[in-house]
Amino acid sequence: MPSDLIHKFMRIDHLPHIWCAGCGNGIIMRDVAVALQELIDDPDCRVSREKTVIVSGIGCSSRAAGYMDFNSIHTTHGRAIAFATGIKFARPDLEVIVLTGDGDCSAIGGNHLIHAARRNIGLTVIAFNNDIYGMTGGQYSPTTPTGDVATTAPYGNIDRPFDIAQLAAGAGASFTARGSAYHARETIELIKQGILHRGFSLVDVYSACPTYYGRKNHKGGAVEMLTWQRDNMVPASRYYAMSEEKRRDKILVGILTHNDFPEYTQQYAQLLERAREGK
Amino acid sequence: MERKRVLMQGNEACVEGAIAAGMRFYAGYPITPSTEIAELCALRLPQVGGRFIQMEDELASMAAVLGASATGVKAMTATSGPGFSLKQENIGYGCMAEIPCVIVDVQRSGPSTGLPTSPSQGDYMQARWGTHGDHPVIALSPSSVLETYKLIVRAFNLSEKYRTPVIFLMDEIVGHMREGVELPDPNDLIINKRHISYHDGANKQCYYVPEGKYVPAMKPFGQGERYNITGLAHDVSGFPTNDPAVAEALYTRLMEKIDRNLDDIIRTEQVFMDDADTAVVCFGGTARAAMSAVLQAREAGMKVGMFRPITVWPFPEKQLRERLPGLKRILTVEHNYGQMVLEVRRVAEGKVPVDFLGRLDGTVISPDDILGALRRTEV
Amino acid sequence: MAGKKKLVLDPSWCKGCGICVAFCPKQALELAEEKVRLKPDGQCVLCGQCELRCPDYAIWLEDLEE
Repeated sequence: MPSDLIHKFMRIDHLPHIWCAGCGNGIIMRDVAVALQELIDDPDCRVSREKTVIVSGIGCSSRAAGYMDFNSIHTTHGRAIAFATGIKFARPDLEVIVLTGDGDCSAIGGNHLIHAARRNIGLTVIAFNNDIYGMTGGQYSPTTPTGDVATTAPYGNIDRPFDIAQLAAGAGASFTARGSAYHARETIELIKQGILHRGFSLVDVYSACPTYYGRKNHKGGAVEMLTWQRDNMVPASRYYAMSEEKRRDKILVGILTHNDFPEYTQQYAQLLERAREGK
Repeated sequence: MERKRVLMQGNEACVEGAIAAGMRFYAGYPITPSTEIAELCALRLPQVGGRFIQMEDELASMAAVLGASATGVKAMTATSGPGFSLKQENIGYGCMAEIPCVIVDVQRSGPSTGLPTSPSQGDYMQARWGTHGDHPVIALSPSSVLETYKLIVRAFNLSEKYRTPVIFLMDEIVGHMREGVELPDPNDLIINKRHISYHDGANKQCYYVPEGKYVPAMKPFGQGERYNITGLAHDVSGFPTNDPAVAEALYTRLMEKIDRNLDDIIRTEQVFMDDADTAVVCFGGTARAAMSAVLQAREAGMKVGMFRPITVWPFPEKQLRERLPGLKRILTVEHNYGQMVLEVRRVAEGKVPVDFLGRLDGTVISPDDILGALRRTEV
Repeated sequence: MAGKKKLVLDPSWCKGCGICVAFCPKQALELAEEKVRLKPDGQCVLCGQCELRCPDYAIWLEDLEE
């Protein structure tokens, strides 16, 4: 019998999950469960289990939707945010959470990511960012660093990588943040804030794929990859206390952008009023 | 109550009929010659409390429609050839996950960008086989403005009843044609609601189907029943499976829910067929010229009838086969290089010779063209 | 007594990745035959770092029943 949290918020008949030993996705999925538990247990919070829908696309990350005991929909590759837009727009009272991967949301689904961000529709997108296509066996993704190897980059990757959080911020996302598998406590807090944020929110969470990325790029196994996150990613409280020079080599774990732009379904509610009044 | 006669375009009738059928969600992307449908939905849906969204692309439109329908809202999108191609993957998802919706394809001349403002019926096979894998399909095709209104209601009804995407196969001729029509009183329309009753609501068996039934009955998302939807082969609980027996049971049920209900799904229009020795087989906008040609042929003493599939998929195989004994020939007329004719020949099985008249140049097939073909094939 | 916790392990869910072992601040855990266990002399302080980063939900803190 797993912990109460797992028992309550995951479909334990379908666990243990399919992810490899040391895969960061399991940690991030737990972060989502803890964030939701804390919000659902808070009597002052609007989030309820029956009105939460979890949407995913295709890839390792996207198996998460099926493991979580909510309304869940595992869609087509890249289209999770577009399905989620339909759900949220049809039923604005639902909390719609998208669990996606770096390939799913920034390659094949990149268009949906930037346009959902632009509309500022109230979705919470959590990118399980492991720098690789894991499900198909280790091909380079839009976040694979230049120079790294992948099965489709045997001579080294010559592409320049996306920063998913910056990409969403550039497209106008009103809430963007970055977390990591190592920084679980901080990531849980960022996911909670993302869900509570009324507009579009994106939390780019660095996962770890020891099987296809770490091993091939001499970055070690799960422990070494999480150690790298510990040593190179810095939570906001410490990050902003550092000198600019020291910050240069570090990656912020925390909020990148937080704006109070009008939310799309609320804008549409006003449009409905205007149409009803014949204006 | 006396009904008002109005001048209306086919694309407009499509929107008004869809709203009468209860459609309250539209997601789309502009494309000629279907754009009026999006424009009118943008205007009309807010007036009835519905929702319109212009998505970033065709794929997103199809995805948003499925997402909306999963919450129980009747949802529609409209497009034309190039966009129809882009929607195909998610149409297959709708078939697999059993999410009702209506996809309007106002056909134009292709392939590729083709002749964007010219009529065609070149998507007939795409409507059947556009998405990958074996899958169920219902496709309906109207040939007039009034029929567009009534038939889109039926498209929604079939979609809800069988929990499957329904293709509404219009063409540029019907979409852009204006006719004076007297619309039926919306109160007189039969409107199907989604069936959500026959399981116990437990979080286990959302795709459960009782013996002798074919369509599951889960509640929409957000109504208190938590379950999983996936495009992977799944068991009755909605979870992925690799079990060959479970996968086969699913795939078979998906096909049989259509195949075992053909009499309910299939509609044809048959004119002068009782004594006809020659049948003109056609669908959609082409049937207008065909009807005119049939009338002229009758005046000239030729025993010609018209056989028009209104349900174009599944093809009305039984209905056509019943007509074969009286026929000496069939002329299939389509605005393409010959697509439905393959079905007609399959059904005719060499018992009745099947000729074909088609067109690829983007101009309309005229009654004279058809009359000429009838005379050429006369024995 | 409210608030008291205990460490619980389920080796059948453990995939042996070693994350909990590496980041345990008291070095109280070890792998044996690719499964996690508390060292015989392990001094668990119930901080929950292992539960927080276990990708497989094989180790966690539970309320101690009286």
